[in-house]
Amino acid sequence: MKLLNIPEIDFIGKRNYAIIFSLILLVVSIFSLSTQGLKFGIDFTGGTLIEVGYQDSVNLGDVRSRLNKEQFNGANVQYFGSTSEILIRLEPQNASSAKVSSKIIRLLGDDVDIRRVEFVGPKVGEELTNDGGLAMLYALMGILIYVAFRFEYRFALGSIAALIHDVLITLGIFSLFQFEFDLTVLAAILAVIGYSLNDTIVVFDRIRENFLATRHTDPNTIINGALNQTLSRTIMTSLTTLLVLLALYLLGGKIINSFALALIVGVLIGTYSSIYVASSMILALGITKEDMIPSEKEKKEIDSRP
Amino acid sequence: MNQYPGWKNALIVFFILISSLYALPNIFGSDLAVQVSSAGDNAISQSDLENIEKILDKDSVDYKSASLSNRSILIRFDSNGSQLSGKESLKNDLGRNYVVALNLAPSVPVWLADLGGKAMSLGLDLRGGVHFLLEVDMQSVLYRSIDKYEGELRTLLRADRLYKNIKKDGESIVINFKQSELKEKALKLIKSEVSDLVVVEGIGTDGLSVTLNISNSAQKEVTQGALKQNITTLRNRVNELGVAEPIIQQQGSNRIVVELPGVQDTARAKEILGAVATLEFRLVDEKNDPQTAIQSGKTPLGSKLYYFKDGRPLLLKNRVITTGENITGASSGIDQENNIPMVNITLDSPGGRAMLETTKKYLHHRMAVVFIENKVETVSVDGVKIKKRSTTKDIINAATIQGTFSNRFQITGIDSSREARNLALLLRAGSLSAPIEIIEERTIGPSLGADNIEKGILSVIAGFILVLIFMVVRYRVFGMVANVALTLNLVMIVSVLSIIQATLTLPGIAGIVLTVGMAVDANVLIFERVKEELGLNTNIQKAISAGYDKALLTIADANITTLIASLVLFSFGTGPIKGFAITLSIGIVTSMFTAIVVSRGIINIIYGDRKIKELSI
Repeated sequence: MKLLNIPEIDFIGKRNYAIIFSLILLVVSIFSLSTQGLKFGIDFTGGTLIEVGYQDSVNLGDVRSRLNKEQFNGANVQYFGSTSEILIRLEPQNASSAKVSSKIIRLLGDDVDIRRVEFVGPKVGEELTNDGGLAMLYALMGILIYVAFRFEYRFALGSIAALIHDVLITLGIFSLFQFEFDLTVLAAILAVIGYSLNDTIVVFDRIRENFLATRHTDPNTIINGALNQTLSRTIMTSLTTLLVLLALYLLGGKIINSFALALIVGVLIGTYSSIYVASSMILALGITKEDMIPSEKEKKEIDSRP
Repeated sequence: MNQYPGWKNALIVFFILISSLYALPNIFGSDLAVQVSSAGDNAISQSDLENIEKILDKDSVDYKSASLSNRSILIRFDSNGSQLSGKESLKNDLGRNYVVALNLAPSVPVWLADLGGKAMSLGLDLRGGVHFLLEVDMQSVLYRSIDKYEGELRTLLRADRLYKNIKKDGESIVINFKQSELKEKALKLIKSEVSDLVVVEGIGTDGLSVTLNISNSAQKEVTQGALKQNITTLRNRVNELGVAEPIIQQQGSNRIVVELPGVQDTARAKEILGAVATLEFRLVDEKNDPQTAIQSGKTPLGSKLYYFKDGRPLLLKNRVITTGENITGASSGIDQENNIPMVNITLDSPGGRAMLETTKKYLHHRMAVVFIENKVETVSVDGVKIKKRSTTKDIINAATIQGTFSNRFQITGIDSSREARNLALLLRAGSLSAPIEIIEERTIGPSLGADNIEKGILSVIAGFILVLIFMVVRYRVFGMVANVALTLNLVMIVSVLSIIQATLTLPGIAGIVLTVGMAVDANVLIFERVKEELGLNTNIQKAISAGYDKALLTIADANITTLIASLVLFSFGTGPIKGFAITLSIGIVTSMFTAIVVSRGIINIIYGDRKIKELSI
């Protein structure tokens, strides 16, 4: 048994650096999102995707010339994982019906192993995009309400600021490196919202507890103390989560790759933001000890209980 | 002091036993099997089972066992070869009242199955198969019912010569009158006789014309009816294809989800599901020449120009003798004389009567078979999505009536045996009442499905072991306790998934992996807190209990917010996303139990109720 030594890192004192760091990330993210946007997968754009496996390695040129026979010039053909597996994509304008994939499969011949066919009609893609945006908003709203109800509105604003920060930067990184954004990535981002909040709540809980438990009234000291006390937990949980995500990324297969990647990015950003963004935000909003103490009226009610 | 009351320990043990029991079915793997179920409403019975055993013995097919469950019979095989030959002989001998399909059957021991133990059901991305989302073209359903109402109105108002003319205008009918008295009289009649039509207010009532629409309730009835009928037809077609455990269900007001596990020939499945094909039998107009009709651009009264698939024209009479709706049976075969593919047709009694009358009256005339197919496709024109509808009507055969016949006859002129088979299948299964369009398809080949399972399990195990090591290194005895809790959490997730029979998908496995990483958070929170309390408090027992108590609210807050996010995911999500949300939600709830209650119980047993000098944390 080691006696506990809680670190004393001056997080709050260095918060200006963090603000600059966050601002740079945010500006880059927003810039990339607004100029080149996200590289949406066919879940959102519509179109056709076919993954086939061959016995031996195959020449992409041969496949292309086979497809060109029937005017599938717009098809994007690439290796997927190895040289015996290929992925064929068609834009929605070249693939408006489910029949396209059958035609292509016929052109490829009999000796291929059809591993995956996805066709998303233009309307479905559009609906998914709308629903996805809505889902993100609903999740944020539900969380905002819960946190405002359990804590105080400044905490709610702080946690939402941290969430928007995390989501924007994760999206920004996906845009900047043009990683494919499909339905599973959307799910990952919603999970990031849950995770990042998890972290933030733990810190907030400690801040509230410390406000109530100590005689200190200086918000800076209290918040800094809370961040240090929860630091080893924050690091531990992030590490275990990152470990399993790394396993998923390396071993889970290609379909789950971008999902794991989005979560890895999100967890890293979320860990950082729960330390800096959320607490800086409540500090900036001017939290004080008085805000934590139940109001006079509530106090009387408590006192008058038998 | 740190001791759970006996009932609480008993409760923990009870939960552990129950969840282990119901997670157990998943470790037994599965058998190759053939599933036989009824194609109609008749239940499968013991006599069917005996019959099946007889057939398999007769063809000397080796099988492991055959058993009757509530809705189907499962025959298990040892090898792929005997599975396939078993399917073939059953399919040939049982006939078309049964659906015979290849399947994988979990090999759960009988005693466990009797307790209700079932293995998790695997999603299409893990077992391979096809998922289709079909959209029914409701517009054309409404157009068709407007046609019907127009006919009704004409008959209704013709008696007293009430109207000047009746026109269709999209989804409305416009009636023009000569006098307003006639209009009033007609409207009264319509209101009492054709109550499904309503006058469009404003534009409809002024002057001498009236615009009528189908009322909202009638529209709903018509479209819902069309959807139900399409689902029935699709179910028949899927039964004809022979698929084990298909899912065919309504989604929203105009969509149908079709999931066919294990189907490999997706091109055929697509052809069969989407086809809106029917037949019409018409007499050939022998008096007029089709070439003159083409040159003059005018078809003779009572006839219409049709084409063979190869482009040859022919004039056919407008009167339809009978249509595909009167067909009760169809099977494909080979015409022995000419060695060409053919379809044997059986008609119902009205169809048979009409055919008998016609063939008597028009002996040695020619009769044509017209193949009609309705298609609908959504295309993007300048960013606007429009539905493109098309109908093709091809003559597949025109032959001289050699003798009178009624309800049984053959048609030839079909390109290939494959097409003959498809046509027979479509005619048997009935036609769709409205055109449908495949708006989403997701096919996972069996090899990728197997890959996904393997990789999914591998990443769960790898992630799990990494976390176990990490926790022991960091928290020693407490870490081991957390590991027991984590293992139990995995068992509980699997058992809950098995009990509620939620579908496990690849993203679902990802959800489990993520839960493994995040579930230890509760223990991390508690242990860090216990450490802190140890620094402040000299009494070790008090430190443990304070650590648990103080961490409790934080854990609850943190988990509830994650639960909110995963519930949103669940309600928004389609297939794959739902799978992720389900396992994540279950994992959050079970991890609260294992990480808080179970770990405390174990810690109590190790350290509780005695004086200790040191904690291994």
